[in-house]
Amino acid sequence: MAADTFRFSKSAKHLNSVLIIIPMVLLFIGVYGGLMQTLFRAGIIQSDPFMGGDYYKGLTIHGVLNAIVFTTFFAVALGNALIPYALKKHLNTKIAWTSGILMLVGSVMAGIVMLMGEATVLYTFYPPLKANPAFYIGLTLLVVGSWIAFFNWIPMYLNWRKENSGKKTPMAVVGMFTTFIVWFIATISVAIEILFMLLPWSLGLIDEVNVMLARTLFWFFGHPLVYFWLLPAYVMYYVFMPKLAGGKLYSDMAGRLVFMMFVLFSIPVGTHHQYMDPAIGAQWKFLHGIFTFAVALPSLITAFTLAASLEHAGRKRGGTGLFGWMKTLPYFDKEKWFFSYLIAGLIIFAFGGISGIVNASYQMNTVVHNTAWIPGHFHLTVAGPVLLAFLGGSMYLIQQFMNKKVKMKGWTLSVPYIYTIGVFIFSWGLMRGGILGMPRRTNTGATYANPESVLYQPEWMMYIDITVIGGVIMFIAIVIYIVAFFATVFSKSLATEEEAAVTFPISEPLHDEPALLLRNFKPYIIIALILIALSYAPVIYDVIQATYDGSAPYSPNSPVPLR
Amino acid sequence: MDKSEKLAFSLSGLLLVIFLGAIVYASLARNIEVPTCITDMEPFATDTLFQTGPNTYELQAVARMWAFQPSTVTLPAGSTVDLYLTSQDIIHGFKIKDHNVNLMAVPGAINYIQVTFDEPGEYFFACHEFCGAAHHTMAGRIIIEESGEVAQNTEGI
Repeated sequence: MAADTFRFSKSAKHLNSVLIIIPMVLLFIGVYGGLMQTLFRAGIIQSDPFMGGDYYKGLTIHGVLNAIVFTTFFAVALGNALIPYALKKHLNTKIAWTSGILMLVGSVMAGIVMLMGEATVLYTFYPPLKANPAFYIGLTLLVVGSWIAFFNWIPMYLNWRKENSGKKTPMAVVGMFTTFIVWFIATISVAIEILFMLLPWSLGLIDEVNVMLARTLFWFFGHPLVYFWLLPAYVMYYVFMPKLAGGKLYSDMAGRLVFMMFVLFSIPVGTHHQYMDPAIGAQWKFLHGIFTFAVALPSLITAFTLAASLEHAGRKRGGTGLFGWMKTLPYFDKEKWFFSYLIAGLIIFAFGGISGIVNASYQMNTVVHNTAWIPGHFHLTVAGPVLLAFLGGSMYLIQQFMNKKVKMKGWTLSVPYIYTIGVFIFSWGLMRGGILGMPRRTNTGATYANPESVLYQPEWMMYIDITVIGGVIMFIAIVIYIVAFFATVFSKSLATEEEAAVTFPISEPLHDEPALLLRNFKPYIIIALILIALSYAPVIYDVIQATYDGSAPYSPNSPVPLR
Repeated sequence: MDKSEKLAFSLSGLLLVIFLGAIVYASLARNIEVPTCITDMEPFATDTLFQTGPNTYELQAVARMWAFQPSTVTLPAGSTVDLYLTSQDIIHGFKIKDHNVNLMAVPGAINYIQVTFDEPGEYFFACHEFCGAAHHTMAGRIIIEESGEVAQNTEGI
């Protein structure tokens, strides 16, 4: 067995295949929901022909399945693949299967109540809108399942550390642990929100909830959630991309620094989602704004390090001049189809990051808060680099774990480029409309885009139509991907089952410094917890001081409380 | 760490410091603020509008499924309004088109912003947080007249 391969047990291979195939089906339901959203918004349809129901039900399904279910499954599958691979240790498959089954049961439960229209509370599930208790229980199982997967990796890592004292932890392991440390700390608050507030309230055990407190707990989780999406993509950028491009990772230390900065700054930033909320002092909102800028720093460092790595690769491939190296990268090399997913996502992310700085900028948020600008922004982040890296990663993992060859390579290679064109058109339409005041999460097709309505806003029309064009192109790209993905899944397996070992394109560092201060998570976790306590204690104090009474549950269909 | 890397890190840091400077400037020199905590006001359940000075008004507005109260307000040009907003049921959003006013209406809490209307015209506002089946019909107008009467209307538009 060569040093760059690892033999997974059959059970681990089956598990990882399941963790990728089932969420892919759910993703497609969510993507279909996304297409319907653009058609609803433009007034082209008034009811969903397949799933039934209105715009808001579709919006809930689109948000939850794409942004929570698919991303969580992929992060767990990537960890289950990369951690054993990089440490050369076997997964405890019993625990890994338990985690996978909990996640599946939870997702299916939440999916069913959403499809039944019993949980039309959108992806943020803000109380006092109430969902069926099965929705909250389902999400809890999904999160608990992902925790178990994480706890399963910790002893593997500790054993490795004992056996390899003084060695650097492989970058892939650092990245995956960062992802799940951020995830674990962040999900504790949403677990508190669900277990002690929303679930007993939804079941009728308690009468009222404090809406502002629930909102604050949600955003404690809600912003780090975006880094939980982003970090597995970063792992693939740092670990795979330089090698795929034919080069080396420019700086090993920069990568480690970036991951540690995410541990520090991912969580004490959530209040920037609440700049326009009452009951929180402006000074604390400002503090969270500053921390949000701090978390832009690792992304800027990443931009530099990856560009430098690609330049190194491009020059090795014979590129010269200031920009000549860009031309030599393997954008259209069918054998390196994975590279196209990573590079296209990276280009999209430049725009996603810049628009994120606008949202974070305290007063400037007034212009864009809850307008169509926001979905425009996050389609350039989560539906850009994250989705593309995860799709490329899913294809790579599935062919490795099922011993298949990727089918329709040309089409597979083209998906990210088609998608990029779509997402740029789509997001530009939303962002421009948002600056003109077009709200997000609103069925504009029924009113603002309908000339019959008293609310009709003619200057929004053009941008609503642009989103339809972009949305259709995005949908076509995903359909091509899904066809190629299942063609690969159902193709004949390679004959040499016995020999089949898994391999990943792991990059070597160009500059490899000892980075002694970046070798231990512990101090960073402790500082992170202190920052969280300092930034959240005053916010929670304000919320409790400046609110009166709790709220009884409401159904989205009636202005009368449910009890 | 090599030279180009150090340079890139320093430039990144500098860029963020410039951004922060812009926020501090907007806050201190231009007095542009975001909503803060309001603790000195009794919760209110009905809308009221009254004059507090020659060009100043206080408006207490209520959001509920699925209307704003008041839904239309008429004020003379040059009015400064102390706008208080709360919700009687679930979370709503309030954004005035072509004007930098953007507030969340949250049950159990009161939101506040001060806003000046210099230009006459009709300012459309809409609910921008999902508040149930008829959310997309929840809207209203602030009408600023050259020299008009002060009025409010709690009927739906």
